[in-house]
Amino acid sequence: MSKKVIMNQEDIRRTLARIAHEMIERNKAIENLILVGMHTRGAPLAKRLAANIEDFVGTKIPVGTLDISFYRDDLSSLELQPTVKNTDIPVSVDGKSIVLVDDVLYTGRSIRAAMDALTDLGRPQLIQLAVLVDRGHRELPIRADYVGKNMPSSRHEDIQVKLKETDGIDEVAIISTTVAKEGQ
Amino acid sequence: MKKSLLIQNGRTIDPSQGLDETGSLLIAEGKISWLGKGKETPPQADYDVLNAQGLIVCPGFIDLHCHLRQPGFEEKETIASGTRAAARGGFTTICCMPNTEPPLDNQTTVEYIKSKATSEGVVRVLPIGCISKGRKGEELAEMGELASTGAIAFSDDGEPAPNSHIMRQALAYSRAFDLPIIDHCEDKALTEGGQMNEGVISTKLGLRGIPSAAEEIMVARDLALAQLTGGRLHIAHTTTEGSVDLIRRAKEKGIRVTAEVTPHHLTLTEERVIGYDTNAKVNPPLRTERDIQALIQGLNDNTIDIIATDHAPHTEADKLCEFAFAPFGISGFETALGSLMSLVHDKQLTLVTLITKLTGEPARIIGNKYGKLGTLAIGAPADVTLFDPALEWVVDTRVFASKGRNTPLAGERLKGKVMATISQGKLVYKDDSIKVKER
Amino acid sequence: MTQQKNDPTLQIKPEVPQTASIWQHHHILDVDDFTREEIELVFHTTQAMKEVLSRPIKRVPTLRGKTLITLFYEPSTRTRLSFELAAKNLGADAASLSATASSVAKGESLIDTLGTLQALGADIVVMRHPQSGAPYIATKYIAATIINAGDGWHAHPTQALLDLYTIHEHKGKLEGLKAVIIGDIMHSRVARSNIWALTTMGVEVTLCCPPTLLPFGLDRQHQHLPSVNIEPDIELALDGADAVMTLRLQLERQQSGLLPSIREYIQLYQLTEERLARAKPEALVLHPGPVNEGIELSPAVAHGPQSVINEQVTNGVAVRMALLYLLAGSQKQ
Repeated sequence: MSKKVIMNQEDIRRTLARIAHEMIERNKAIENLILVGMHTRGAPLAKRLAANIEDFVGTKIPVGTLDISFYRDDLSSLELQPTVKNTDIPVSVDGKSIVLVDDVLYTGRSIRAAMDALTDLGRPQLIQLAVLVDRGHRELPIRADYVGKNMPSSRHEDIQVKLKETDGIDEVAIISTTVAKEGQ
Repeated sequence: MKKSLLIQNGRTIDPSQGLDETGSLLIAEGKISWLGKGKETPPQADYDVLNAQGLIVCPGFIDLHCHLRQPGFEEKETIASGTRAAARGGFTTICCMPNTEPPLDNQTTVEYIKSKATSEGVVRVLPIGCISKGRKGEELAEMGELASTGAIAFSDDGEPAPNSHIMRQALAYSRAFDLPIIDHCEDKALTEGGQMNEGVISTKLGLRGIPSAAEEIMVARDLALAQLTGGRLHIAHTTTEGSVDLIRRAKEKGIRVTAEVTPHHLTLTEERVIGYDTNAKVNPPLRTERDIQALIQGLNDNTIDIIATDHAPHTEADKLCEFAFAPFGISGFETALGSLMSLVHDKQLTLVTLITKLTGEPARIIGNKYGKLGTLAIGAPADVTLFDPALEWVVDTRVFASKGRNTPLAGERLKGKVMATISQGKLVYKDDSIKVKER
Repeated sequence: MTQQKNDPTLQIKPEVPQTASIWQHHHILDVDDFTREEIELVFHTTQAMKEVLSRPIKRVPTLRGKTLITLFYEPSTRTRLSFELAAKNLGADAASLSATASSVAKGESLIDTLGTLQALGADIVVMRHPQSGAPYIATKYIAATIINAGDGWHAHPTQALLDLYTIHEHKGKLEGLKAVIIGDIMHSRVARSNIWALTTMGVEVTLCCPPTLLPFGLDRQHQHLPSVNIEPDIELALDGADAVMTLRLQLERQQSGLLPSIREYIQLYQLTEERLARAKPEALVLHPGPVNEGIELSPAVAHGPQSVINEQVTNGVAVRMALLYLLAGSQKQ
């Protein structure tokens, strides 16, 4: 097993600042925006992005959290159910522009579940997706509107995101589970 | 001419003769014909040999209380299957209760039992006649006729004798035949709808309880009536500390009472019902550890005279239902010795006491009308049981000879097993590992 | 760089219980084997389910494709509906089989009926039966997940969990509270399950009933029974109580000689406003329903401000949704 750090605290801060600017640039009516963070690490990322936006243009964007346990498509193959967490979106989603925020985009199944959850909550005008890392290997036709970093990875590798709010440190690393060949 | 059988090199324990020694025993023409110590062999040479090394050789067990279900309930058991099950359990004489359909309250039905036992049974079957006509508890049955036909005692078992007046008359009348009245002691007003012992487990499981008092009330009543009449009383399946105390004091006063206890009441508590195992549903119910200790004490100080199985087979379908709807009863022949040996291994009972309570003492209650039972004395009927006191085995109800698989011990590991049973000179059961060498 | 006013990186995340290490149940037959952590997990999950119930679309697809069948040998509209709604809210299909006296009389045994349910494809069977222990038979003979909706006098685990949730929701905690249970404890599965669950969560429980309706052993210490107070005088029992649970009185009890009369029961054990005043001012009044108004509760108390009887019903659906969620998973052997 080997670990390689791809992003440190400063890299993450700069990336989130850049994404916030992109959101401001692409959303003319910024007051119509809601950031919805997906548990677990999407939630603190959404909060940080909202804080950045407020810093840059002075608008307070509502932030919500979304739990997709009830919408997963792999429940019948799991031994035990995932622990449910809070879904808490402080304003109505009807007619709003939602940006879903997650730490890693991989197969796309979590995002599909998240979209089902959001449409059960109301009728958003627009749903966009912001992720800190896109590691490829999509199994559904889903793409991110805002990407922090593209990290093509093999299936033997694990992308590990750590954030101060949940893990005490800001860091993105690749963990390799196969043994490296000699001389490489 | 039938060949003789030498049971060689076993440890012969016969409490009736005060015997406990290694040696051999010769059976000829259905009787015990010779006993030898150590390496002694009999004078004549014409016999088959059964190697009993490592086994205990004792008189055949006598069960004063069992249910053979025939006539009327042949799906649960027949005399054929029941006696074979008894043989597997080491029992060579069994006394069957009269709660059949029709009940054993007249000569014809008793004759039926006797003839079926002769033609289809493999061990000695002695019938118990009813106390009352039809077991209805209203009028005395014709005890004289039943006695002369072969009944060795009277009981309405399954039910108590509820009417004190009838019980008094029964105890008095039976004196003419010197036969005991066996009572199933239960005050039905207190036990109606009851499913298990009334205690903390019944509270936990939400089942209606059968209080100890229900047994003790009837024991006390019966003892008072035995004192009044001078009749012979036998208390069936004693289960409570209170009952043991009452019987002990009655014996001190000279009242003519004997008492029995079952293997399951000596080894299993009400905790067996947890999980709603209908195989643990029995009447009287399994009680508490405290009651067990009192019963063992009762055996050791002769308050309780004998051990009797109360073998009560039921079909699988009978017991496969809601706990409240399942009939009461445990199929006990084939696990009796194995479960009782745990008391010997735990040093709560000696081997000699155990064998006495299964042989000499029940024989004393039955009397000599059917020969000298419960002994290996020369000339006695050759009823012999061989068992391995240390062999561990797992209870597999699929190999039971009894039609009743209803035992809470299914799948349990027991230590002590009957290896061969000889009834009136005939080898009616042997474990596969027992070899008989022909001379 | 400007200092963030509310630095989100400094927020402390609340502890979330991890299902995988806590949840031990494949069936729900009784509440006496629930650990404290499991009960807290049920509360946590129930809260999420209440959020779902507050949405315009009260439905999530979690149990899509699963079939839940209720098998009720005793009539009960509210509990049966509660389970059916819980199942439907989670996207499962729900059907009911009410085994009336006539089908039992026709000779169809419990085992046969269970076999039929298996053949019909039931993934979850919710059973209510008048005999204690009946659901345990089901676990041995069919593959479905079994939920006990009440068996004889023995247990009604989902009722106890929703009762506890209701109290917890109001009081914010359970440890150290005083609860009083009034009524026919002997024949009550609701009482038994609540006694077990409340004591597990550290609630001090007092039982108040005529001595003929108190089951054996609860007045003494024993490893198999929890520690409770016994107080047959209702006013003494209610002193300082945080929650009062009243049980339905079956009117047949008088016939079986356990009570001299219903009139006397009312005189000694009815919860009136005057008696309720002995409890704490914010004490909750609970009842599993349906209420015999004028017998165990005076109408004023039944409809009064301290009664949470209707909330119990609402919470019942959420608790049952939570339990269905926690039980669902891969097919168990």
